[in-house]
Amino acid sequence: MIRITIDGKTTNVREGTTIWEAAQQAGVEIPVLCHDPRLRPVGVCRVCVVELGDGRIAPACVRTCEPDMAVRTATERIEQHRAMLLRLLLAEHPLPCDAGRIGSCELERLGQRYGLVDQDGRVADPVLRRLRGLFLTARPKDLTSPVISVDHSACILCDRCIRACDEVQCNDVIGRSGKGHGTQIAFDLDVPMGNSSCVACGECAQACPTGALMDKTLTQIDGSIHRLEVIPSVCPYCGVGCTVDYLKDADRIVAARGRRGPGSDGRLCVKGRYGWDYTLHPHRLRVPLIRKEAYYPKRPLTTASSGGGKPSRHPLANPVPDYERALEAFREATWDEALDLIAERLAEIKKRHGSSALAGFGSAKCSNEEAYLFQKFIRAVLGTNNVDHCTRLCHASSVAALLECIGSGAVTNVYRDVERSDLILVTGSNTIENHPVAATFFKQAARRGKKLLVVDPRRPRLADYATWYCQILPGSDVAFYNALMHVIIRDELYDREFVRRRTEAFEALEATVQHYPPERAAGLCGIAPELIEEIARAIGRARAMLIFWGMGISQHTHGTDNARCLISLCLLTGNVGRPGTGLHPLRGQNNVQGASDAGLIPMVYPDYQPVGNEEVRRKFETAWGVSLDPKPGLTVVEIMNAAHEGAIKGMLMMGENPFLSDPNVNKVREALANLDFLAVQDIFLTETAEFADVVLPSASFFEKTGTYTNTDRRVQLGRPVLPPPGQARPDWEILTELFNRMGYSCSYSGPEEIFLEFAALTRSYRGLTYEALGTDGKVWPVPEPDSPEQPVLFADRFPTGSGRGRFVPCHYAPPAELPDAEFPLVLNTGRVLVHWHTGTMTRRSEPLDALCPEPYVEINPADALALDIETGMQVQVSSRRGSIVLKAIVTDRVPQRSVFIPFHFREAAANLLTIDALDPYGKIPEYKFCAVRVEPLGTRDE
Amino acid sequence: MTRDYEPVLLANLGVPDSHRLDVYRSRGGYQAIEKALRQHTPEEVVELVVQSKLRGRGGAGFPCGMKWKFLPKDRTVTYLCVNADESEPGTFNNRILMENDPHQVLEGIMIAAYATRAQTAYIYIRYEYVRAHRILQQAIQEAYDAGLLGRNILGTEFSLDIYLHRGAGAYICGEETGLIESLEGKRGWPRTKPPYPAVEGVFRKPTVVNNVETLCCVKHILDRGVDWFLSIGVPADPNNPRDLGSYGPKLYCVSGHVNRPGCYELPLGVPCRELIEDYAGGVRNGKGVKAVIPGGLSMGFLRADELDTPLDFSSLQKVGCLGLGTAAVVVFDEDTSIVDILHRSCRFFAHESCGQCTPCREGTAWMYRILNRIRNGEAEPSDLEILLEIADSIGIIPGTTICGLADGAAWPVKTAVRKFREEFEEYIRTRKGVTVG
Repeated sequence: MIRITIDGKTTNVREGTTIWEAAQQAGVEIPVLCHDPRLRPVGVCRVCVVELGDGRIAPACVRTCEPDMAVRTATERIEQHRAMLLRLLLAEHPLPCDAGRIGSCELERLGQRYGLVDQDGRVADPVLRRLRGLFLTARPKDLTSPVISVDHSACILCDRCIRACDEVQCNDVIGRSGKGHGTQIAFDLDVPMGNSSCVACGECAQACPTGALMDKTLTQIDGSIHRLEVIPSVCPYCGVGCTVDYLKDADRIVAARGRRGPGSDGRLCVKGRYGWDYTLHPHRLRVPLIRKEAYYPKRPLTTASSGGGKPSRHPLANPVPDYERALEAFREATWDEALDLIAERLAEIKKRHGSSALAGFGSAKCSNEEAYLFQKFIRAVLGTNNVDHCTRLCHASSVAALLECIGSGAVTNVYRDVERSDLILVTGSNTIENHPVAATFFKQAARRGKKLLVVDPRRPRLADYATWYCQILPGSDVAFYNALMHVIIRDELYDREFVRRRTEAFEALEATVQHYPPERAAGLCGIAPELIEEIARAIGRARAMLIFWGMGISQHTHGTDNARCLISLCLLTGNVGRPGTGLHPLRGQNNVQGASDAGLIPMVYPDYQPVGNEEVRRKFETAWGVSLDPKPGLTVVEIMNAAHEGAIKGMLMMGENPFLSDPNVNKVREALANLDFLAVQDIFLTETAEFADVVLPSASFFEKTGTYTNTDRRVQLGRPVLPPPGQARPDWEILTELFNRMGYSCSYSGPEEIFLEFAALTRSYRGLTYEALGTDGKVWPVPEPDSPEQPVLFADRFPTGSGRGRFVPCHYAPPAELPDAEFPLVLNTGRVLVHWHTGTMTRRSEPLDALCPEPYVEINPADALALDIETGMQVQVSSRRGSIVLKAIVTDRVPQRSVFIPFHFREAAANLLTIDALDPYGKIPEYKFCAVRVEPLGTRDE
Repeated sequence: MTRDYEPVLLANLGVPDSHRLDVYRSRGGYQAIEKALRQHTPEEVVELVVQSKLRGRGGAGFPCGMKWKFLPKDRTVTYLCVNADESEPGTFNNRILMENDPHQVLEGIMIAAYATRAQTAYIYIRYEYVRAHRILQQAIQEAYDAGLLGRNILGTEFSLDIYLHRGAGAYICGEETGLIESLEGKRGWPRTKPPYPAVEGVFRKPTVVNNVETLCCVKHILDRGVDWFLSIGVPADPNNPRDLGSYGPKLYCVSGHVNRPGCYELPLGVPCRELIEDYAGGVRNGKGVKAVIPGGLSMGFLRADELDTPLDFSSLQKVGCLGLGTAAVVVFDEDTSIVDILHRSCRFFAHESCGQCTPCREGTAWMYRILNRIRNGEAEPSDLEILLEIADSIGIIPGTTICGLADGAAWPVKTAVRKFREEFEEYIRTRKGVTVG
């Protein structure tokens, strides 16, 4: 500790503390403009200079404390200097700038403090007036970005945006152009922001102290920003679960700001920061709807859902141009009428065909409380375990492998543990687009010299930051990882002690991988033997390796095998149970972890307690007061197949849109049309809801309280920001109505009561309450209220029968549908940064839809040349199951003989093409591999 | 006294083919490095330089030996950077040395590298020095061919590689940390200090940055001994413990309105008047002196009545100048407008500010604008106060910037306006309403 005195106050600080930080500790405020505690201090604005004991002047934000330093922060000399500096900056500053107008310009605020500007923003200093009077030259605004306004006149070149962009988000878009007084911030090589490589994360706008970079929505508010209500909550999009403060003006959200927390540290991506406006979209459902008689038998209501959508540009943020036509099929009803009808029809099917003719899809977008209540409803009231959700479509195979090998399906280490790793393996994950904020930590780690290995057949942007990028052949993961393990065992680079103490079945692994020498594997996976050797050695020698994976691993017919290989690699090298090591399947949806934890899975009750286990079942029968079906239920695709065959006759859908998300959409359409009864609770009339008999308007994420569990197992509280539109109600309320109407009487005072009921039935959540979650949330397991947080699991044993991790070796097997002469290309599907899943939300967000308004297919230049296709052309992509028309983008991001289509777009639904072949263990469909054909429509000259 | 001074640094000037290795060797070249390698440990060489009280010739006058001693003891890598970015207006002594006696420069580098245990030296040479660059490159090649560079020099354990790196034309890259950033391939932005280059310099490794002339002096200290060096120049004032003395020879560059502009090697401390009148042949056309820049533009101005000031490291501050700087003396005759001179000065610094620190970026621009206003006949006498207020608040000396560029911009303003106040006021009064082209 170092003792220093600041303005007469003595304080003790740790070595390395800056004067500014020490002053904060001592309660002395030193004004700053360029400094932001989240950023590397640079000391360029020089407002924070202070006087040291010997009369020297030093910038407080960069100078570290030295023993017995005596600092004076506001001597006459310092104050004069600051005033002069502020005059120089204010001399060309718009008064007020866009930020000043709403009271958030830090420069103007300091100007007021130093008497240079009065409270109304008028110049109050003669020197400043003299300077401004003669030389005011405005620089033009740049309004080309859909989300951020740029005003170079208001810029004070504090470089906060540059550091935010380069060092926090690692996007390297913003820099400086020119020198001296001609300096300006610049995007890429000084192009307008909207034309640059900017990904619109808005980190710069959040960091900017003036109106130079501002959320466009904030430039449009009236009055001061300080009158706005700030609601601490979380982001509704991906599994990273960033902490967000929403700024609310009357009944509108006007901005979202990253709030510093233990996970996201105040960072956001474009969806979290700008994608909240869907909740205010005019398409929101406001009243319960019942299908009109004239619209039976059921058929698709809009062009897109009929499968014959013509590719046309739609108006901004309106993905469903003929939405009115869909609404036309329904009449408004009262809640009582709609709920009674649902209860009556479901009861009727149950009575006539038995419980197993019923099924429910919950959603990973709903809260833990709602997921819990939904599965309880399906199990305790409808009497079946036919309840599942989209986890089946993302990490079911990963979870199957994790449960089998290490006894737990959740991540072993939190994503920010990369800060403690020295080798990071990211495979089958386009993290920068799908988990953008987690990716910022990976990029930073790579920049700080940690080794980053990226494995993916389609080159993800993260590869640009990688030490090694391996573009393996699609579907060859097992061969690649077996080869790595082959070398690690051959060269004895594995952790013998860990293998001996903590694992079992090593011999089986050894026997299997011995068939994968790098020379042989190279032929299967397309990676040179030398590179395999080099990487294997690096992994073998790494002190701490952390593996992240995504859908590229799981969404295969051999997805479970892929995950088993990754687990084996970690066990083999002793990379589990320590800081910076572990297995982290990046969770997709904001609450896919929580929805699974809450039991939205056909074979387990909450907290993964198997339905087939007698003791467990009795526990739940006691808790819920009914007898339960001992037979595990059907999974998502199995339910759709059963509906197609007529075995499932009635369904309840809570926030799920299988029409676009499930593979082989044409079959899904037939299945949905084939149902005797379908009730949908959702916020919009989704493609799935077009087949519904009853549609109930739900409250959106922003309109209800509930907990959400992110990819880190962190349980966080979402708080209501807005009231629900019209008669819309939160899903949990709707469910309690259905409970009561179907003879299971229940009432909850609110979500917390549901949460406590759920938590009490688990070990992982048992110690949690809303109060304990606070604004930072808690990482489960929390069996007791005072359990310490465990960002790293399994330090001593695995929760398996033997306490050991199990090697489950696998052999390479080809994907289900290989390309042939008729369908010569491999289709890979996935997501893009600005859109979310079926686009229900993001395509109704004006800024997000503006950033990516239409569907496209990526094709390799070599294939494009052979097919006479160039970027911008319309092409038809067909598989054995369907065909879509969309725009081509020629890029070498996809390997030769392969194409990529994002699945968000209803007008060209990628899942019309995908195959519904399933992984035998995880029952996950093979979204990442099927055979297609691409044909140009028209010629180049057109 | 100075009349008898025999040039040392410029001893080879005018010798035919003085840039060639054989000529340099025939005149006693490369004996100093031989002596250093065979007779001294690196620490002893450092000690000799410390004892010589050699101060850096690049501008700031920092004691060279002390700079070397700041290198951490436990370092594994050391870099030597030779600052040949010579950009201070009026300064050309490094160019003369590099063009006429490149091997002297290389020998100085070798001794410094040996002393600091550097195995890599970078010569950062300003872009415009095309000829010097070519000659130096040839000399480096000659030295490699002769086994004077590369591995095991002169059969010893000492190895050194020298890389010649061309700048891209920015004044700020003469600032040692701006130079380092530029050398690393980045924007030439001075770094916040501490850490100083001795601790974290090129590629974040311990680094010494020395001026060309400083290194040439090192060669002669080895050749002729510490006592010889201490016998030249102005001894430290015994009554002032902070005075480190001004020892050794110095290259003075004289330019402007004089009859014989040029580079003169003289002992430190030659009075300005003597330099102008006895060496540079006095002011052209028999005119009187209006003002003299004593050490490069950024040092400020001397008035005619201040010409007896000795040009050493400590006397110039006494008459309000920033210091000796690069000892580049620019003489203006009595017909020159001080407003015009200052206008040029302000334009230069506004153009060369890197724009990193607010006080410098904004301050230099506003000073230039005010000078423009004065020249355009739009100024009020009170603008001079604003000008001074800005000048007084920017720079390292007031403590408000990362590097000294702003001081260099401020000093001409401060000294010109304060020393020639009447002329400015008169100018403002008479120019009111008159536009200058």
